Amino acid sequence: MSNPSSTLRLAIVGVVLVMVAGGFAYLGGWLTPRALTPARFIGGFEYVNGVQAGFRRNHAKGLGVSGFFESNGNGARFSKAVVFQPGRVPVLGRFSLAGGMPRVVDSADAVRGLGLHFSLPDGEAWRTAMISLPVFPFRTPEAFYEQLVASKPDPSTGKPDPAAMKAFIDRHPETAQVLSALKGRPVASGFENTTFYGLNAFRFGNSSGASTPVRWLLTPMQPFEAAGAAPAAQDPNYLFESLIARIRREPLRWQLVIVIGQPGDPTRDATIAWPADRERIVAGTLTLDRAEAEETSAATDINFDPLVLPAGIAPSDDPLLSARSAVYARSFTRREGERKQPSAITAADVRKRE
Amino acid sequence: MLLRYAQFPALSRLLHWTMAAMILTMLGVGAAMVASLGDYHVLLSIHKPLGIAVLILAVVRLVNRRINPPPPFPPTMSHLERRVAIASERAMYGLMIVLPVIGWGMLSAAHYPIVLYGSVHLPFILPHSAVLYAVLRKTHTILAYGFFAMFMAHFGAVLFHTLVMRDGLLKRMAPWTIAGPSAGEP
Repeated sequence: MSNPSSTLRLAIVGVVLVMVAGGFAYLGGWLTPRALTPARFIGGFEYVNGVQAGFRRNHAKGLGVSGFFESNGNGARFSKAVVFQPGRVPVLGRFSLAGGMPRVVDSADAVRGLGLHFSLPDGEAWRTAMISLPVFPFRTPEAFYEQLVASKPDPSTGKPDPAAMKAFIDRHPETAQVLSALKGRPVASGFENTTFYGLNAFRFGNSSGASTPVRWLLTPMQPFEAAGAAPAAQDPNYLFESLIARIRREPLRWQLVIVIGQPGDPTRDATIAWPADRERIVAGTLTLDRAEAEETSAATDINFDPLVLPAGIAPSDDPLLSARSAVYARSFTRREGERKQPSAITAADVRKRE
Repeated sequence: MLLRYAQFPALSRLLHWTMAAMILTMLGVGAAMVASLGDYHVLLSIHKPLGIAVLILAVVRLVNRRINPPPPFPPTMSHLERRVAIASERAMYGLMIVLPVIGWGMLSAAHYPIVLYGSVHLPFILPHSAVLYAVLRKTHTILAYGFFAMFMAHFGAVLFHTLVMRDGLLKRMAPWTIAGPSAGEP
């Protein structure tokens, strides 16, 4: 073994090892520090809201609920999912307000959220994280992130920098379009009479293998009432307090409506509504009959990942879906490792309404 | 110098290379998953069943190792090197079993359904618990980095023997059968 050639071969070993390590570093995102990753996305929420230890990084303020879903079997035409067979399954849920501040003062204008977990037989589950907007203002995860960072309140005014927000809107005409379509739309007086939308398109697959693009929404069976002008001195938790009071009086019900898409309906763009004449079927009724504070609710340690789906429901090609799944998972991992702080709506708040 | 090595039995070699490909894929998918938005879901749906497959094959491999013991180490390996090799083999076998079990456990503690394929799910092996999830999730990452380090050491050692010492160590595990008992590099 001559010395120079063995040095050369040793160098080859080194180069190969460095290349393998480099390949892994690339896969892990270490070589592309500017790329948007789940961790960076969550960093955006923490940049805007501070680190709210123990809380979801978005939809931080919330209240656990539970009840059941009764399927009428109509959905089985389009999806073989067990949840659409006639029958009843238990449901765990969480009402929330959008934004990363767990103690934000309730306001009628805040986007409302409802996360649901349907427990199906044999360990299957269906989770959906719905909001009160019929279409989503952002087409891509990058646009959402850009807006998130631009929305950081200026400490001197308490409001986002108008120039940064305008620059964002100028770059994203689809957001401008959604915001103008939503303007002037009547807002419901409470959680109980709010319509919640599934936000993204999905695909249903039935037992004969046919795949159908769908969207879904929950329409309240409690009568609609428009939110009035907010009284001057309001309970900071008035939306949640009135939800607790309502759910004590009577179980709250929503119909689960499936919108059946046609070939060509956009599935990869949550900013575009489907034509109003699309077939709608009522697949069943959701009943929520119990409110529970986050301290004790099992919903607190549930990640309402929209891609926890049973066989028979599949993701669409919407790029937001995988990103939501990834970012929710990162938020979940962070908050589960943090010391839990009491939520704005405490167990005592829930009890005093009993 | 003339070295004579016995090869590992054919089944052992098949298991080794199959698992090598699977484990490298798992490590790569795991690293990419954590950094990915758009591919997260697809990568996760590969990671779960593949991890369970590694767990099953690791058990098969341990049983096989009892039935088909490995050939002796080549004489070019020093006493110390043999001890290091034995310890690292044990550590890798351990990780092949412990990493998937921790993954399964952490998903159980988070109450994430553990989908293998379609509606085929694994049962939860731990109660719903934030603390258990947080600890296991962190452990999963640390052990995965550890496994990657073990892989690099193993790969580096084999490369060193094969390219620098040129003692034909790799032939013990070559996917093809090397004829005759005197297989080895002259």
